[in-house]
Amino acid sequence: MSVYINKDTKVLVQGITGSTALFHTKQMLEYGTKIVAGVTPGKGGTEVEGVPVFNTVEDAVKATGANVSVIYVPAPFAADAILEAVDADLDMAICITEHIPVLDMVKVKRYMEGKKTRLVGPNCPGVITPDECKIGIMPGYIHKKGHVGVVSRSGTLTYEATHQLSEEGIGQSTAVGIGGDPVNGTNFIDVLKAFNEDEDTYAVVMIGEIGGTAEEEAAAWVKANMTKPVVGFIGGQTAPEGKRMGHAGAIISGGKGTAADKIKAMNEAGIEVADTPSVIGETLIKVIREKGLYDACKTH
Amino acid sequence: MNIHEYQGKQVLKQYGVAVPEGHVAFSPEEAVKAAKELGTDVVVVKAQIHAGGRGKAGGVKLAKNLDEVREYAKELIGKVLVTHQTGPEGKEVKRLYIEAGSNIEKEYYLGLVLDRETSRVTLMGSEEGGMDIEEVAANTPERIFYEEIDPVVGLTGFQARRMAFNMNIPAKLVNKAAKLMLGLYQAYIEKDAAIVEINPLVITGDGQVVALDAKFNFDANALGRHPDIMEMRDYDEEDAKEIEASKYDLSYISLDGNIGCMVNGAGLAMATMDTINYYGGSPANFLDVGGGATAEKVTEAFKIILSDKNVKGIFVNIFGGIMKCDIIAEGVIQAAKEVSLDVPLVVRLEGTNVELGKKLLNESGLNIVAAGTMAEGAKQIVELVG
Repeated sequence: MSVYINKDTKVLVQGITGSTALFHTKQMLEYGTKIVAGVTPGKGGTEVEGVPVFNTVEDAVKATGANVSVIYVPAPFAADAILEAVDADLDMAICITEHIPVLDMVKVKRYMEGKKTRLVGPNCPGVITPDECKIGIMPGYIHKKGHVGVVSRSGTLTYEATHQLSEEGIGQSTAVGIGGDPVNGTNFIDVLKAFNEDEDTYAVVMIGEIGGTAEEEAAAWVKANMTKPVVGFIGGQTAPEGKRMGHAGAIISGGKGTAADKIKAMNEAGIEVADTPSVIGETLIKVIREKGLYDACKTH
Repeated sequence: MNIHEYQGKQVLKQYGVAVPEGHVAFSPEEAVKAAKELGTDVVVVKAQIHAGGRGKAGGVKLAKNLDEVREYAKELIGKVLVTHQTGPEGKEVKRLYIEAGSNIEKEYYLGLVLDRETSRVTLMGSEEGGMDIEEVAANTPERIFYEEIDPVVGLTGFQARRMAFNMNIPAKLVNKAAKLMLGLYQAYIEKDAAIVEINPLVITGDGQVVALDAKFNFDANALGRHPDIMEMRDYDEEDAKEIEASKYDLSYISLDGNIGCMVNGAGLAMATMDTINYYGGSPANFLDVGGGATAEKVTEAFKIILSDKNVKGIFVNIFGGIMKCDIIAEGVIQAAKEVSLDVPLVVRLEGTNVELGKKLLNESGLNIVAAGTMAEGAKQIVELVG
């Protein structure tokens, strides 16, 4: 078991003929991801890496039964690509594209209300269920199949944490990058809920960063509902107020969104927070040892 | 991206929002000429910098005649204003806005901002005008009112009127205030703003509802579709190194410390700053070279770091996923050749093509300290910088 994606997931790549999409389509295929279709308007009928290309998402779904889409469409057109995926009733759309205008995402969120599709991202590394399905841009080789769920707002920090876990022989059930934008689809609580219900996930690593209050809300949810141990890390503990740290969402403004507030809320919810990113793996191992879950989580 | 008050008012005017007459001036002579054109009994001489709190810092002066205009303009141009938003180093005034004086009866606050919790744009209003809204929010939160806006229909007339009544705007002026709010929302949406603040919004003795200040911040990701807004960018207000970095699509933020950082990914870049601080050091910058960096881009990033005279050492921390370690190594070697590298350099490489990257660095003959982990690297650079 895993969350969101597995070996049976049929993937559609939106914007497949762009250079970034092409590179990652190859990487995903090598990893074993079932990519059944690509979409680029005007390139329907062609083929890329053996994958048939369609003009519209609707055509691609009809012909191939694709149920999850990954979006590499350039920022000015990415919101429209998400709408197209939602309109085609896909189970999930994973949007890798960064720099999408915020007000475009405000409209997308409104359009998605009551619709079937789950959006992950935008501005995220994607989702991976090790050894089964990799959707996005994360390096596959640092992951190992196992029982720890990972959810994060930051791409490279997820790699850092996952790598530490794999090095220690602690595999992952699924790793989900929810992205660093202020308006995104799936949030921490959605993923924590999914991990809580997944019988193959025994513990969770949650990586947040400064800006917004998503971590505080997630901590409250963990306190009330989570039955599995959660450890965390918050990036930007020393970031000054008013400076946007790369991610559109990573900014402390009006004294809100500080790392101290987030760490406090997480600690109060029983989430142990690593002091530095280098000890995220260690912190998780310490906690799963205390809970008697270490042997169950150890894969090699 | 921020713009000046006078530019914000130009934008507002296009949307039917009432603002006082005014002209921008770059010298005392221009200020006097502007005041003459206005021809009002009182003019306001306002320093234009990208920061709030100008009034309290002495950046806004009331002039009753042309001599006073000249005097205040002389005083303000070239002056460094220190407000609660500029940091201790302050900002030098290079532009003035010469504005017709208003007969203010009462001041209010009005703002539009994205509420991240609801993913909706929200209108905020308060009777507590002219004050720091964050203080009002902390001390008397019940005095701020909110209207959450559905993007399908936009701000509605009834919401705007409800806001005006909540703010205790006199009944006979409620429709005027509501119209102003609708214009403000239109400007926000059509120009892809991130924040608009009118503080204060005023009602005047002759029954007008006027935006006396205008603070705009625009969504950097949407500037591509607003060339008119892009033209308003004032490079004097930005850090030279940050401007240089933006040319190469590097995400760079100047900080106060002495350890230069080069990292891939925003989250890892923040975490690297945190780790340096954790071991007692102080980062000179935040720098995310991004996922698709080329050797050339890495070279430029390195040069920008070294152009900061405070930098006493550099820590390169890369977790190559998409970013390949050999590309980083090539960029570092190239940069070290182009600029004479005379500060310690610690490099931690991990991920894609890591062996190749390490080999390139080892064979470069550069004096590089290799670190196995982020923590080890941070400790080493802190020790080397001393």
